[in-house]
Amino acid sequence: MGVRIGVVVFPGSNCDRDTVHALEVAGAEPVVLWHEQASLDGVAAVILPGGFAYGDYVRAGVIARFSPVMRSVAAFAAGGGLVLGICNGFQVLAEAGLVPGALLRNRSLRFAGREVTIAATRDDTLFTRGVAVGRPLRMPVAHGEGCYFADDATLDRLERDGQVLFRYVDAAGSAAGPADPGNPNGSLRAIAGVLNAAGNVAGLMPHPERAAEAILGSDDGMGLIRSLVDSAAAAAHGSVELAGAR
Amino acid sequence: MSRYRYAINVTPKPGILDPQGRAVEGSLGHLGIDGVSEVRVGRRVELTVEATDERSALATADRLASELLSNPLIEAYAVEPLAATSSASVGGD
Repeated sequence: MGVRIGVVVFPGSNCDRDTVHALEVAGAEPVVLWHEQASLDGVAAVILPGGFAYGDYVRAGVIARFSPVMRSVAAFAAGGGLVLGICNGFQVLAEAGLVPGALLRNRSLRFAGREVTIAATRDDTLFTRGVAVGRPLRMPVAHGEGCYFADDATLDRLERDGQVLFRYVDAAGSAAGPADPGNPNGSLRAIAGVLNAAGNVAGLMPHPERAAEAILGSDDGMGLIRSLVDSAAAAAHGSVELAGAR
Repeated sequence: MSRYRYAINVTPKPGILDPQGRAVEGSLGHLGIDGVSEVRVGRRVELTVEATDERSALATADRLASELLSNPLIEAYAVEPLAATSSASVGGD
């Protein structure tokens, strides 16, 4: 039996089954966690999947933040538990203050649904241990509010401390500026994903679970899924080493 | 218990990118309107609070505004008291 990894389902989640499938492909045992349950059923890691939790009313992610399951996820994270937020899940984590920054309306005002290329900035984190630094990873984005924002002082600190985990990159492999077509939403400093200071919570806008098998057009996302599964397995055996802010 | 009616106005903080405001500005030319600038698009929420006094009603509205209706990183809010007879009785859907 593989390591048990929770996939939270909010009303309006729509990537939960893809995430469950990707975890199965990676050899893990997915555990579906309903938003009204406070128990995390003893999972070794939690994924908040994409979708439109609670209709994304008011602001994407904010109502989900107050659900019973999120109170438990926040406590789990505070205790060092592994949490990954994908797309809407990233928005929920940002609204909950579990990762830094906010996700604004895309600069174009358009829903961005297409393939992008991102690259990891570190390979020593629990979420990227199976991914080479700077290697272009192709996977889709599908969001209307993905423009990463934080004030300049925070952005400087995140870069210095290694908390900018993923960047949108252009064809040449360098960070895509806010107006560059490689940056699908105008994110500041091309930030596609961030890590919390402790190193156990991460969020990203692109969808690794939708690029987890060659038949989907790209399996570059599997590196991220496997990294999480391996880290969760290590955590389940009590041998996890956190690499957070540096 | 008394009923107090408020409007909570949420706006993007100064300096925060507001693509909606920019889009409205961009459409001004199509309408043949000159002299309008610095458009910022926000959100207005009207609600009724039942409380023992005005102070605790305001505290409830303020908490709702700061914890749910606005994100302090990117948005500012202001709580505006409305006349008790305002839109409180409107509705029925």
